[in-house]
Amino acid sequence: MAVSYREVKGSNVSPIVSERGRNHPQKSFVSERAEMIPPSGIRKFFDLLLTMNDVISLGVGEPDFNTPWNVSVAGIDSIERGATAYTSNKGLEELRDLVSSYLISRYGTSYDPQNEIIITGGVSEGLDLAVRTVVDPGDEVLVADPCYVSYSPCVMLAGGIPVPLPCPAEDEFRVTPDALMERITKKTKLVMLNFPNNPTGGVMKRGDLEAIADIIVDHDLLLLSDEIYSELTYEGRHVSPASLDSLWERTITLNGFSKAYSMTGWRVGYFCAPPEITSAALKIHQYVMLCAPTMSQFAAIEALKHAEDSKDRMVAEFRMRRNLFVAGLNRIGLPCHLPKGAFYAFPSIESTGLSDEEFAERLLIEKQVAVAPGSAFGPSGIGHIRCAYAVSREDLGEAVKRIGEFIESI
Amino acid sequence: MDEKNREILRVLESDSRIGHKDLATMLNLSTHDIATRIAGMEKSGTIRKYTAVIDWKKAGDDGVTAVVEVKVSPESEFGYDRIADRVARFPEVKSLRLVTGSYDLQLIVCGRTMQEVSEFVSGQIASLESIRETVTHIVMKTYKEYGCELQRSEGVERLPYSF
Ligand SMILES: Cc1ncc(COP(=O)(O)O)c(C=O)c1O
Repeated sequence: MAVSYREVKGSNVSPIVSERGRNHPQKSFVSERAEMIPPSGIRKFFDLLLTMNDVISLGVGEPDFNTPWNVSVAGIDSIERGATAYTSNKGLEELRDLVSSYLISRYGTSYDPQNEIIITGGVSEGLDLAVRTVVDPGDEVLVADPCYVSYSPCVMLAGGIPVPLPCPAEDEFRVTPDALMERITKKTKLVMLNFPNNPTGGVMKRGDLEAIADIIVDHDLLLLSDEIYSELTYEGRHVSPASLDSLWERTITLNGFSKAYSMTGWRVGYFCAPPEITSAALKIHQYVMLCAPTMSQFAAIEALKHAEDSKDRMVAEFRMRRNLFVAGLNRIGLPCHLPKGAFYAFPSIESTGLSDEEFAERLLIEKQVAVAPGSAFGPSGIGHIRCAYAVSREDLGEAVKRIGEFIESI
Repeated sequence: MDEKNREILRVLESDSRIGHKDLATMLNLSTHDIATRIAGMEKSGTIRKYTAVIDWKKAGDDGVTAVVEVKVSPESEFGYDRIADRVARFPEVKSLRLVTGSYDLQLIVCGRTMQEVSEFVSGQIASLESIRETVTHIVMKTYKEYGCELQRSEGVERLPYSF
């Protein structure tokens, strides 16, 4: 028999109807899990920025290039052809084949397109998918610190416990064996890495990965490697952890089209892992996402087939901007490592005596330059600001000038 | 040509006003090295001119531009070169190319009025000895010039902040 809560004896739910009337909910429906996710660390800056003019935003985490036109045309074509229905859960076979060939030829990582690759709605979905596939409540997950803002929330939503794995400036923003050893406990299950890194631009070379590989194997851990910036590597070639024989069986590799091909709004990426993990992930993906956007999958096919030149031109431009911008920052007295990948510079602002939040807020208000406070990316980001050099060289020059004036005025 | 010179040229082609100092930082060379390389390429004629891309319609100019196709009887000794050289000397001719296909030379001709352009083509070009035929196309609208899209503001619409 259905009873209303008012008739339940001993119920601790208050029977008092609020002033807003009896239709108004008497309790919060938001789950505890959703409740524990902290609000975004840049909301305040976002709102502030919208009230201002003449702002140069170095706060944007996406390329300032258009999607290569031939790639967009492939998406348009698929819509015109009427190829707008669901694809298989795993994604278009041609796309999986191309991803597989690309990964082996470019990074030496071998994934079978039939049972080791899933096309996802961007790396964003890939991260959530990976974490939910492998994390049980109470598992500890080591999260590169600083890192992309979704990592810890994803872990928390899966019931896991995120543990920051510091990659500070003095280690050139890399994971060192000592830092890793120090944080491993009996409960540690997964290590989440992202190189080239957002927000630091740090990379892990082959030697750096080899140095931590043994520890990962010895402690029987799993590695989640987010390689969304792999094409934006400015010195030498990106090294994918799964290309190390010792790590392949214990690595989930995530990558996508957002950054390399300026396709952030298309929402397409891929998840690669050994078959057992992939088939478990596919169960979640099929119910949550069903499949990645179909037109975006067709565009992604074109990107892998015919967008190498566009990508190379973009990477060359980012490299030049990086050199220009980082030299500018060091000149005006903000010490900054030359980032080896991605499109972020992560200078220390400690010499100014301001906190990174104060620095970012005052810089925006006083000089109309938007940057992201480093602390938004984790405890190791404290005292730094993230500057995305995904703006024109002209704007970068102007931004350096304004930041310089701001520092002088403090 | 070495890769560094090629990189310098690509940057200059997109922004010829860039200073040697910035160029040096961007390409990881010394300012002196940049200056020497650029001077060398200017001297050899690899770099011909520093210029600006201008939308003359925006400047209020109502001049006329025409694409002119020209059929030529090549000369036995000089081929197309001598006639091309004569055509190129007219300042009205902004660019001139020898092309494959149904005609030989393609000219871009500018003038103040339609009449000025047509008089120039019929009077100065069509009358040349080895020129057999000309077809003049008046430009109605320019969409793209030297890689610049003139009818569309470039750039991507993005959120002002994102992680
Ligand atoms: C490290 C990192 N991972 C993932 C993403 C999201 O990528 P996608 O667009 O493929 O979802 C971003 C975007 O900024 C990122 O910086």
